[in-house]
Amino acid sequence: MATAEEVAKAAERRDVRDRWLLSAPALLVIFLAATGPLLIVLVYSFLTPGSYGDVKWQFSPEAWISVFLERDIFDDTLSIAAAHVTIFLRSIKLSVVTTIATLVLGFPTAYFMATRSEKTRDLWLFLITIPFWTNLLIRTFAVLQIIRNEGIINTILLKLGIISAPIQILYTDTAILIGMAYVYLPLMVLPIYASMEKLDFRLVEAGYDLYASRFQVLRRIIFPLVKPGVIAGSILVFIPALGAYVTPSVLGGGKNMMLSNLIELQFGQGRNWPLGSALSIAVMIIVMVALLAYVRNAGRSGVRHG
Amino acid sequence: MAKNFSIKHQPGFTAIAATCFIVLYLPIIVLVIYAFNAASSTSEWGGFSLKWFQSAWQNTQVVDATLRSFQIGSIAAVLSTIFATMAALATTRTAPYPGLTFKYAAINQPLMVPEIVTGVALLIFFSRIKIFTGYSGIGYLVAAHTAFCIPFAYLPIRARLENMDLTLERAAADLYATPWKAFRRITLPLLWPGILAGLMLAFVISLDDVVITEFVKSGGQDTLPTYMLGQIRRGITPEINAISTAFLLLSVAIVTLFFFVSRKRD
Repeated sequence: MATAEEVAKAAERRDVRDRWLLSAPALLVIFLAATGPLLIVLVYSFLTPGSYGDVKWQFSPEAWISVFLERDIFDDTLSIAAAHVTIFLRSIKLSVVTTIATLVLGFPTAYFMATRSEKTRDLWLFLITIPFWTNLLIRTFAVLQIIRNEGIINTILLKLGIISAPIQILYTDTAILIGMAYVYLPLMVLPIYASMEKLDFRLVEAGYDLYASRFQVLRRIIFPLVKPGVIAGSILVFIPALGAYVTPSVLGGGKNMMLSNLIELQFGQGRNWPLGSALSIAVMIIVMVALLAYVRNAGRSGVRHG
Repeated sequence: MAKNFSIKHQPGFTAIAATCFIVLYLPIIVLVIYAFNAASSTSEWGGFSLKWFQSAWQNTQVVDATLRSFQIGSIAAVLSTIFATMAALATTRTAPYPGLTFKYAAINQPLMVPEIVTGVALLIFFSRIKIFTGYSGIGYLVAAHTAFCIPFAYLPIRARLENMDLTLERAAADLYATPWKAFRRITLPLLWPGILAGLMLAFVISLDDVVITEFVKSGGQDTLPTYMLGQIRRGITPEINAISTAFLLLSVAIVTLFFFVSRKRD
């Protein structure tokens, strides 16, 4: 005879098995059409490029070497691949600056939203959510129309006589920066707002009672309390910015490449799939480092506040 | 101390917030206005006209791409929502069990990888399968879209489930309801707003995708966003403004609906 304990154990095992069966389709689809293929990219990065795209099944570390180094075609000496390094640095720089810009603009915006009355808060949230769910390509296209030489900014400045010739913004790094800050701003505002909404303003009041200045209250009370939101927002902006494809292709023109454009090139005209794969893995590594930093940071602040 | 001292005030914050909201909407408003421009140049105003909407409507490439977007979007949204609902049921309202953390990580994984990397990975993987099977239809796009829509559909469904306790289901079981009956009569109706929200979210996400579609699609499989990207790269015409405006209206309608569905807590 089975004891009550054994019966309970068996029921629990059955429950866990059913739960695995229930989640199987989702896990399978994600493995087949998202996670699994990443492993193939890793394998491809160690193969030899085929003559017409794709690969030859022959091991070669060449792709990884040429991520940062260039082989001289005459004497086989290696030197730094300046073009690749420039694109890496530009992508990281643009992503970091985008993150900082959206933080500087998004923090006060989230604060403004969180300090509205309960009724109007939903309206502000709705207003920030609409651009968030609007097609990124359309928003980038909207920015393009504003900043191009015949766009509204240059037209107004010309009419006012402030400038005599249109300012070339489009197809520069500045254009990519403006575009990325514009499209990713809601990604920064939303998590900060989520933290800010839970902020206990009695703590702020206590700060003022103890003669803190507005800036001290902001720096010593508000900021530390919403820090998890700030970090989450920064991650949410940095990761897509680093892999941004649409914004640099539309606003950066052909010359101002970012990593994603360089990767695309290897699968198109470059016909160097292993190098494209190695570059993709390199992007993944940078993202993973950022995520790990986030997890560690979130863990620590969780202990402190919770 | 000042008479109207407000503890919530921070100098300059309101001004920055106001600027942000204006800057967020201004380009979109300009884009919409120029969709109704009679002039064929996008830099001057030639009077109000609907001709660009008409010309987009008569452009078979646009119509084709739109239909394809809707087709992929609806199949991917329905599939991902069903799978996400099952996964949410499997990962909530339980004591931690072995593999639970793994499941969370696996389901959210598509959110952690830059789209360009997923796009490249699928390009490689699917190009192999294409050679192997000879099939080069729309199925690849549907599979890719379903995969990256799952974490989005999962979010609101899981959130809703976590706010539902098991009391009602237990009561149903006490009254001799089979598990399936309890699910259909109790869990499903209560979960419905979450499922609807997930479905809409997945549909919007699929409809908006550019990068992964751009890498996965075979020749002649443009969706509306990839068609638009191609056009914008070639130079801009007010027709793109008209298409964008129609697209915007649709997105705003879905988001508004989503907002009301997910706000209705009880």
